[in-house]
Amino acid sequence: MTLEIALVGLAGVLTSAAPILFGVIGETISERAGVTNLSMNGKILLCAMGGFAVALATRSILLGFLAGAAIGGLVALLLAFASITLRQSQVAVGFVLTLLCRDLSYFLGNPVMGTTGPSLSMLSIPFFQDIPVLGLLFFRQDVMTYLSFILVAAAWVFIFRTRPGLMLRGIGERPAAAYVRGANVNRLRYLYTVAGGAIAGLAGPIYSLSVKAGWKGTISGLDGIGWIVLAITIFGGWNPFRAAFGAYLFSLLQWLGLVLQPALPGVPSQVLQVAPFPLMILTLLFVNIGNAEWVERSLSRLPEPVRRRVARALRALKATPPAALGTPFTKE
Amino acid sequence: MAKTRSSNALLQGAAIVLAVLLTTLVLLAAKAPPFAAYANIVLGAVGSWDVAANVLVSWVPLLLVTAGLLITFTAGLWNIGIEGQITLGAIFTTWMLRGLQASGLDPSLIISMSILAGMAGGALWALLAGALKTFGGVNEIFGGLGLNFVASALNLWLIFGPWKRPGVASMSGTVPFAPSLWLPTLTEQSRLSPSALVIALLAIVLVYLLLKGTYFGLRLKAVGKNPNSAYLLGVPTWQHMMISFALCGIFAGLAGAVQVTSVYHRLIPSISSGYGYLGLMVAMLAGFNAAVAAPVALFFAALNVGSIQLPIVLRQDSSLAGVLQGTLVLFVLLMQGVRERLAGKGLPQ
Repeated sequence: MTLEIALVGLAGVLTSAAPILFGVIGETISERAGVTNLSMNGKILLCAMGGFAVALATRSILLGFLAGAAIGGLVALLLAFASITLRQSQVAVGFVLTLLCRDLSYFLGNPVMGTTGPSLSMLSIPFFQDIPVLGLLFFRQDVMTYLSFILVAAAWVFIFRTRPGLMLRGIGERPAAAYVRGANVNRLRYLYTVAGGAIAGLAGPIYSLSVKAGWKGTISGLDGIGWIVLAITIFGGWNPFRAAFGAYLFSLLQWLGLVLQPALPGVPSQVLQVAPFPLMILTLLFVNIGNAEWVERSLSRLPEPVRRRVARALRALKATPPAALGTPFTKE
Repeated sequence: MAKTRSSNALLQGAAIVLAVLLTTLVLLAAKAPPFAAYANIVLGAVGSWDVAANVLVSWVPLLLVTAGLLITFTAGLWNIGIEGQITLGAIFTTWMLRGLQASGLDPSLIISMSILAGMAGGALWALLAGALKTFGGVNEIFGGLGLNFVASALNLWLIFGPWKRPGVASMSGTVPFAPSLWLPTLTEQSRLSPSALVIALLAIVLVYLLLKGTYFGLRLKAVGKNPNSAYLLGVPTWQHMMISFALCGIFAGLAGAVQVTSVYHRLIPSISSGYGYLGLMVAMLAGFNAAVAAPVALFFAALNVGSIQLPIVLRQDSSLAGVLQGTLVLFVLLMQGVRERLAGKGLPQ
């Protein structure tokens, strides 16, 4: 394989990670505020179908993306209403929404299934695109991929370096303390759940208008990606940069699966396509095992230098969720 | 008491009306005639003895997984890994059938052993999700989802690899087993196996009794309500979680075994057919009550079977059944919230 082909492949990894990044950052924002949005898998499908149908009808890619964000925001609003106002289980409502959105996308998407529609074209950045290696990797992408780079950095700055970001972490970690400081916890949770839902909703049209252009119903190959997004959110420890690392790792593994296929004739392609999914459990195991009690107990039996090193490694891997994740807030 | 009961019934009725209303709007949005679509579903579910028998065929696995899920829900666990547990049940059943089909043993013995193998396979996969949760700190939702993907990868690998049809491997599955190894069905053409139906009904009754009438059920409920206080009161918490995972896996594996031995007579790529996820919805809609779950599961099975003809007759996707099921569960959850809010407001603060 020549360098050029490898670079084009890696540039493709960055492109195909873009929708995952939007999903992961949206979910991270929502969960930072204390709301798990389990509807991701169905939501991405519904936003992909809706975005494609709108872009097809209006001949406007921009409107397609806006439709995706609007659907994502609406689904999140429904979840927020059910879990914050009506205090129902976030997991239960989210799970129902994920199945409902999936079936809605298949049912409503039936007429546009298989039609060719508009798709996002590449937008090379003048001058930068000619930089050797880097130009091919980073500066010959479409606009959503550029935005995905910016999104990760912007989300990190917002969450960790601004006052509203501090409040966002506050309502997810210790809502009572945030309330005392003057935050309207439930209104902010509404805001961030809907905002996170809209950002994650963009993942849909990024698929249907760019990465996997078109809508092919059940064979779109998008069913399952939302669950990966949720897993990467945990892997990312609710930190945008770490989450981005997870998203790129996943895309890289998927690409390697494709590249390695000719080298592994004994393994059917269907298996390689799903291979990155099991790897996700392994990574989840690594980031969570530091939280288990028995690990701590057995660590204490190890000789001191080894113990310290293992403990440090586990701590670096460990991801601790926002303390108030999934619990409703009432002022008493 | 009487007042809350009647207002409950009113809210439940409102949930059903709203669900049908929303689904009708969806139909109108898709430019489909709503009345014709509903009539088509009803006819498709009870229009002839054949389709009615198909509803029962699809009721069996749904009832089995729901029975299992009621146990994990009681222990406060979201066993989303149920899909993979069905798949593993089917794989283990096929494995045993393949191993014994040339052995010359009595066919009924082979079938029984294969079904037991399926139950063991489901339990194994469920225990894996349980171990990930109790020893690895991996939330059962994500551990279970990951294991679902592993199970379907394993299934595909077997169908396209070691167990592929002679000649060319295909999405249609492995080579069908000899008719002597099929679970006996009602008639020659029917896929309805009376013994499978009896097993499924026994399963839901068993779970009802287990949860309502035994000390184990009570302890499981304590673990589900508040694991910490259950632990302090002397209930071995993680052991109970593991047992509930194993029991649920046994029922899921049984569902997979039934799909192989009486419905498909072979292993196919999507052997779990989404019954696991549907079972989660049934359990939620039934308010985690085994007595209510049986008719709800029958209704959901009827919707699924009834919508099969939609693409042919009305050129609409059969996922309409899922839309109706989803809106139903969603509105019931919402109305439950409304009821709790109303009740909370009525109490003196």
